[in-house]
Amino acid sequence: MKRRGWLTFEVALFLIGAVAWTLSWLAEHQHARAQATAHSSAPAASSAASTLPSSEDLKPYTETIPGTDVKFEMVPIPGGTFTMGSPPSEYGHKADEQPQHQVTIRPFWMENFETRWDEYDIFAFSRDLLKKQPGASATTESEADKNADAVTRPTPPYEDETFGFGREGHPAINITHHAAMEYTRWLSAKTGKDYRLPTEAEWEYACRAGTETPFYYGSDPKQIGDYAWYLDNSDARPHEAGKKKPNAWGLYDMLGNVAEWVLDEYTKDAYQQAKPGMALLSPVVLPTEKKYPNVARGGSYDDEPQRVRCAARLASDPDWSQQDPQQPRSIWWHTDATFVGFRVVRPVEEQENLKGLRSKVKKYD
Amino acid sequence: MEKPKQIEGRPSRREFLRSSSVAALGGAVAAGLGRIPGAYAAGSDEIRVGLIGCGERGTGATVNVLSSAPGVKLVAMGDVFKDHLETSLGVLQKSEVTDKLAVAEDHRFTGFDAYQKVLALDDVNYVILATPPGFRPPFLKAAVEAGKNTFAEKPVAVDGPGIRTVLEVYEEANRKGLAIGVGTQRRHQTGYLETMKRIHGGAIGTITAARCYWNQGPIWVHPKQTDWSDMEWQIRNWYYFTWLCGDHIVEQHVHNLDVVNWATGAHPLSAVGLGGRQVRTAPEYGNIYDHFAIDYEYPNSVHVASYARQIPNCKNNVSEALTGTKGLCQVNKYTITGEQPWKMAGKDNLPYTQEHTDLIASIRAGKPYNELKQVAESTLTAILGRMAAYTGEEITWEQALNSQESLMPAKLEWGPLAVAPVAMPGETKLV
Repeated sequence: MKRRGWLTFEVALFLIGAVAWTLSWLAEHQHARAQATAHSSAPAASSAASTLPSSEDLKPYTETIPGTDVKFEMVPIPGGTFTMGSPPSEYGHKADEQPQHQVTIRPFWMENFETRWDEYDIFAFSRDLLKKQPGASATTESEADKNADAVTRPTPPYEDETFGFGREGHPAINITHHAAMEYTRWLSAKTGKDYRLPTEAEWEYACRAGTETPFYYGSDPKQIGDYAWYLDNSDARPHEAGKKKPNAWGLYDMLGNVAEWVLDEYTKDAYQQAKPGMALLSPVVLPTEKKYPNVARGGSYDDEPQRVRCAARLASDPDWSQQDPQQPRSIWWHTDATFVGFRVVRPVEEQENLKGLRSKVKKYD
Repeated sequence: MEKPKQIEGRPSRREFLRSSSVAALGGAVAAGLGRIPGAYAAGSDEIRVGLIGCGERGTGATVNVLSSAPGVKLVAMGDVFKDHLETSLGVLQKSEVTDKLAVAEDHRFTGFDAYQKVLALDDVNYVILATPPGFRPPFLKAAVEAGKNTFAEKPVAVDGPGIRTVLEVYEEANRKGLAIGVGTQRRHQTGYLETMKRIHGGAIGTITAARCYWNQGPIWVHPKQTDWSDMEWQIRNWYYFTWLCGDHIVEQHVHNLDVVNWATGAHPLSAVGLGGRQVRTAPEYGNIYDHFAIDYEYPNSVHVASYARQIPNCKNNVSEALTGTKGLCQVNKYTITGEQPWKMAGKDNLPYTQEHTDLIASIRAGKPYNELKQVAESTLTAILGRMAAYTGEEITWEQALNSQESLMPAKLEWGPLAVAPVAMPGETKLV
């Protein structure tokens, strides 16, 4: 039953994707100039005319982390234009979610689950290196492995990094924004594909999956328990990924469970640069060398429904490491952010200002 | 003895003068003034901190103390290594407490005698001891001799002679009216305090058994560099040498054992234990074990199971649990089940800051507290477990306390220093 559902879904997705891509291509060319002046953090339109991705590109696929048997699922997110933010009349609305504005998004794939310890541990605790055959020399090491090994691994944490909340199948938590970005850099080197955190706009677009309501299933906060782990049903802990109903694009736990890092640095007036009647193309507020504040989206097991909305924005804070007894505090591990995780995306075609992007955070800054 | 009143922890100039004149009449109050050396001359109750041991924990503790109360400044620093001191100062200058730094050039000391130079300063009235644990007993002794209020990191010793020194220092600090806090921060954490209040109030009846764990992955390691002498390498890589660290059961697991002692109001009578070094066998891992499992016997035949592990890719667990005649308590989850079920609602606090807030408040109130004895007992509990695992024997509390084996090298100087052999159960003897 599931299988057939997927096939139908896949065909539908392709059609939606193809239409949306065309729309986005049009939007890109229509708004490019306004874009460059209206939104300094947005890229100029790509000069190379994008070609319509083949149907091959828009299929869901399973990624296996090379050298391990750990897998995760990527689902296609069609390009398109949507309304970002929320109106003041919305349940739980906050000022940083306005004004509502049009945003055009290029197609990408997104991990259907929040990234789990199963995946993150391979990076954080070098499980891929431990598995290597003894005696394997540098010459037998693949180019991808060499590149991946050049990414610095996290320093070990002093405490139990899961805080007793479960490991297998559970979202990785207490990961800093820097660590999440470094994980995607490592994963990209390892797989030869461009994995990264979603931009804030991509995240909200994917979460909404075509809806304009506070929640991707509608407007009634009373129904949230069917779709999300939040304050009243979570028993004060994150849960195994994928146990609630997904959104229309097959993404699980976008709302609740753990809030998810996006690439963007947090500015409360990020949307103010939008001009009425004009769509921003792939906007992003690039992260800087500042450790805080960055944006986490979707709310968490620890939040009330009004903070577990598609438009709700959460800014990170030094308090998320307040129980780190060391100074300087770890740039890899938070001590008080059991409510924060992330998931990865892969653009079909990377936007210019994100090419080669990496975290600028340094321990001694 | 009546203490002079203080308004919001800070005496007015008028009250201060009154307290000075009272001090001239009463010995105990005079000792009270001595508690904050320099207070008389400066005419304030400013806490002037000297940091001894400028690693990342010492630097962290400095941020904590400077954030913990008004009227606190860092005025002196000391470390065996110049680069440690300079890095620490640089980090502090970029931190949120940068406006509370007043460390003059001539108040920065490096070398083996740096601690003595910090302690010799009259304008320091509160020291933080955050060096590797092996140095704690002699440094505590020197701090109390110098009349300084002290915050010492845990554990407070690594061997029997060290514990005996610390117990003497405890008595001496009480005689002098000095405040001593120790970094077992769970004792200042709201959730633990609320839980213990209920345990001591009988919420689970009489405790019949307990379990505690610090099972985690590995931590940092510094392989030897060619330009480092043996001594320099061992101090920089201190975690892996028993004379500096006490082994991880002492350095880390002391936190959980302290919770068990706190809950039971007792310490073990004896211990039998297993342990070894199975994964971390390379030279950079010195001579410590990577796992321990100890069966402690407490009074009334209460047994406590204790586990400590630092091995990657295994099941982690950092926790404490109590079994009572009327219920169970998962202490670290602040949860009681059984006849009187309870779970803490409400927010936890910031224990690493709170432990300084409480210590400074006790100094300013003229009621200094001294945590050395309880932590000396928890540290000896951990040392007892290590001795049981190292020897394979059943070891009693008295044997551990009266052990004649000092792990400290005969001479503290840069140069050759052999790594003591890894303990071998059945062969290693308790000395």
